This record gives sequence, structure tokens and C-alpha cells, in this order.
Amino acid sequence: MPIILSLKVALAAVIIVTCFSIPIAGLMARREFWGKDVVESIITLPLVLPPSVIGFMLLVVFGKNGPLGVFLEQFFHTRVVFTIEGAVIAAVVVSFPLMYQSVRVAMENVDQNLEKAARTLGAREVRVFFTITLPLAWNGIIAGLVLAFARSLGEFGATLMIAGNIPGRTQTMPLAIYFANESGDMRTASILVIIMTAFSFLVIYGLNRWGKGKRRDARGGGTNA
Amino acid sequence: MLKAHFKKKLPSFELEVDVSISNGILALVGHSGAGKTTILQCVAGLQTPSWGEITISNKAVFSSELGTNVPIRKRRIGYLFQDYALFPHMTVEKNVLYGKPKKGNASEKVLTAGDVLEMLKIGHLRNRYPSQISGGEKQRVALARALMTEPELLLLDEPLSALDQNTRSTLQQELLKLQAQWKIPFVLVTHDLQEAEMLGNQIIKIDHGQQEIIKEQVEHEKLELVRGLNNAR
Repeated sequence: MPIILSLKVALAAVIIVTCFSIPIAGLMARREFWGKDVVESIITLPLVLPPSVIGFMLLVVFGKNGPLGVFLEQFFHTRVVFTIEGAVIAAVVVSFPLMYQSVRVAMENVDQNLEKAARTLGAREVRVFFTITLPLAWNGIIAGLVLAFARSLGEFGATLMIAGNIPGRTQTMPLAIYFANESGDMRTASILVIIMTAFSFLVIYGLNRWGKGKRRDARGGGTNA
Repeated sequence: MLKAHFKKKLPSFELEVDVSISNGILALVGHSGAGKTTILQCVAGLQTPSWGEITISNKAVFSSELGTNVPIRKRRIGYLFQDYALFPHMTVEKNVLYGKPKKGNASEKVLTAGDVLEMLKIGHLRNRYPSQISGGEKQRVALARALMTEPELLLLDEPLSALDQNTRSTLQQELLKLQAQWKIPFVLVTHDLQEAEMLGNQIIKIDHGQQEIIKEQVEHEKLELVRGLNNAR
């Protein structure tokens, strides 16, 4: 089922993106270092590059003769081209900048006096991050999760190039819709479009609702005195 | 006990400070931008002086000569921010407990949040969030939170400037009482000379980074007597 495959890919991508984007955004929001602007540009690059360029680059890096392709083949006897892992990598690369941007902006907006106050109260940097910065940046994290999930679910170009279109293995929803339409099977295409739209709506709606509850907690329970 | 003799380069002038206080309240007065808050931040470790030495309870926390710069969390200071800096996502009780030291020795007397909250008369607010309490109450919570860490020095950055006159007078009296109870030095930054005169055992005026002693350190007991006489009148 393409929908299950799409869901698996998007979930795996969002988990990976979350694990990496939060610490990196924390670092970029609070630390100054040489070459920071270059790092920032590289992280944001997939946002402006066409998916075909990303797909091509991924093929070069992960292909049979690519540096990571050779490494994975030699040490793990595995490859990612034309596999579901390839689709996950494509989704991670395209959705990472969206998550990173939202989280970084949210962290920059956290009042630094609160972090300083936590330090004067004896907190180490890790505790400051997990008890002050992260909970107060919750808005941005939710927004980033929604964007990253939506982007991963809808990823088409780069996925097609690195993972191909193998029904049951790498054929995600957008690919199934495209190829059903190409082959003139409008009925299948329509059904898949309806499922995709309804499902995307439910996921985004659910995430927003969940985020609202968390935001209320972060503000501290609600009304003024 | 605080001894601080240091210099700090600021964009428009160089700040030079030489102060010491063993008990009581040291008031730093001056216009905004005079460098008062920078002094507090250097003592707390939130900023690093360019030269000099800072000693808290006879331990050097900063020394340019020895290359010492003790991290903020190990300086044993309480810091009251001008905007209170209460954590908006935590209840009053969680705010107050944030800095509670973990005691290794069970026989040591452990200060509870209840003790501190009652002392500052805010026990009834323990389950509220900072957005649900008034300015004066926020200040008490911030004080409770700082005292909970059992600091050896309390730094107060314009603690009363955002409050109305009534709340201000009440809190001034309470600060004096708290200082007498805790017997640790307080360093108070204010732009209000009257407030400095009312609270300070020692007053230093800061202007463009230079200090001018307005009131030499008055022995604590003597000052208490004078305040007592004034109140009796």
C-alpha cells in the first residue's frame, strides 16, 4: 500500500530530522563561531534547490561509486539506491531545513534572561536547554514538525531519482498518483488523491491541536491575574 | 562577604570598581547606562571583567592574574533580575524549587520551599503560574527562588523599580528584614537615591564607570538602631 509506505517514510524522516535539528538549531541560535554563515547556508540550501538537483546529488553521494555508497557497501553490505531507506534519506534532506528554521527562530526568541536566571540557580547548560529553552521554544518545534511531516509526505522528485518507483517497495503516495495518472488510470489516481488529502488534513489538524495544548502549558496555564 | 576590584571595558567608557561588603546592603546608584548592572553581572559571572579580582566568602571567583573564572552555577550567588525572569511555564512552587541544592548529607538542615514561601508570605500562590500573579508577588517569588539556593551573596538589579509606591515601601521593609534574617551581603542596584539611602549601609554612586563613595560602610547594628529610632518617631 503506497499510503503505508508514505507514512513509514515520513515518520522515519521526521524522527531523524527532529533528533538532528534540535541540537543543531540550539547551537546555531546561541553560539558564535567562525564560518557560521557558511554552515547556515549549507543547511538551508535544500530549501531553494530543485528536488531534481537534490536527487542527483544524493545519487552521486550514495550511488554505487559514490563515497557513502562505497562505504555502506563495504562495511554494512547494504545500499540505499532504489530502497525505502533511499526515500527516507531524500525526505530527511528536503524537510530538514524547514524544521531547523522553525526551531532556530523559536529558540532565538526565548528570553535569554530566563536562561541566565537558570544558570544563577545552579543549572548546567544541558539542564538549561532541556528545562527552559526547549519547553519555551515549543511553538516552533510543533510548527517545524508539521512542516517537516508535510514536506516528507509530499516529497516526489528526489525520491523518484534515488528510490525509484518500485510498487510495494519504494512507491510512495505521490509517485503512485503520478504514475496512475500517467498510465490513464484516473480512478486509482482519484482514490489515492482523496485518501492523501483526507489523511494529510487529519495529521496536520491533529498535530495542531496537540501543539495548542502544549502551547497553553508553555505559557503557564492561561489567563492573567 | 564580597570583595570586588576590577575593570571592564564597555563600548563608551571603562568601568572601574573597588568595593567590599561583609554584611548589610551595598547600594549602587546612578543613571541608566552608568554601568551598575554590568557590575552585578561581572560579580555573578554573566559577564567577564577585563582585569581584576572578585572574591565571594574569601574564595576567588574571578582573578585575571591567576586565570580563575568560576562558572556562574558555582558562585553561590542569588540574582534578582529587573524583569524578575520567572519561568513562565512553571508554577510558583516549581520556580522556587528550581535551584534547590541537592544535599548529600541527610543530617544537614534542608530548607524547604514551604519555609521560604511562608517567609515571603506567598504560600497561597504555590500552584499559580507567573502570568497569574501581580508584580509585587512576582518579586517575592523571584526572591524566594534566589534564597532557596542558599546563596552567600544576593544581587538585586533594580528590584523595585517596576512596582507602585505602596508595594515598593512594603518590599523595602521586607528586604531590610530579610537581610537581617539571612545575614548575607546584598548588593542592590537602583537609580533612586532615596531608596539607596533608605536601604544601603553603604552607598556608592556610579557615573560613567567611575565610582564615588556617598556613604561609607555603616556598621550594621548601628544602622539598625538609627532605623529603629526613625521608625519610633
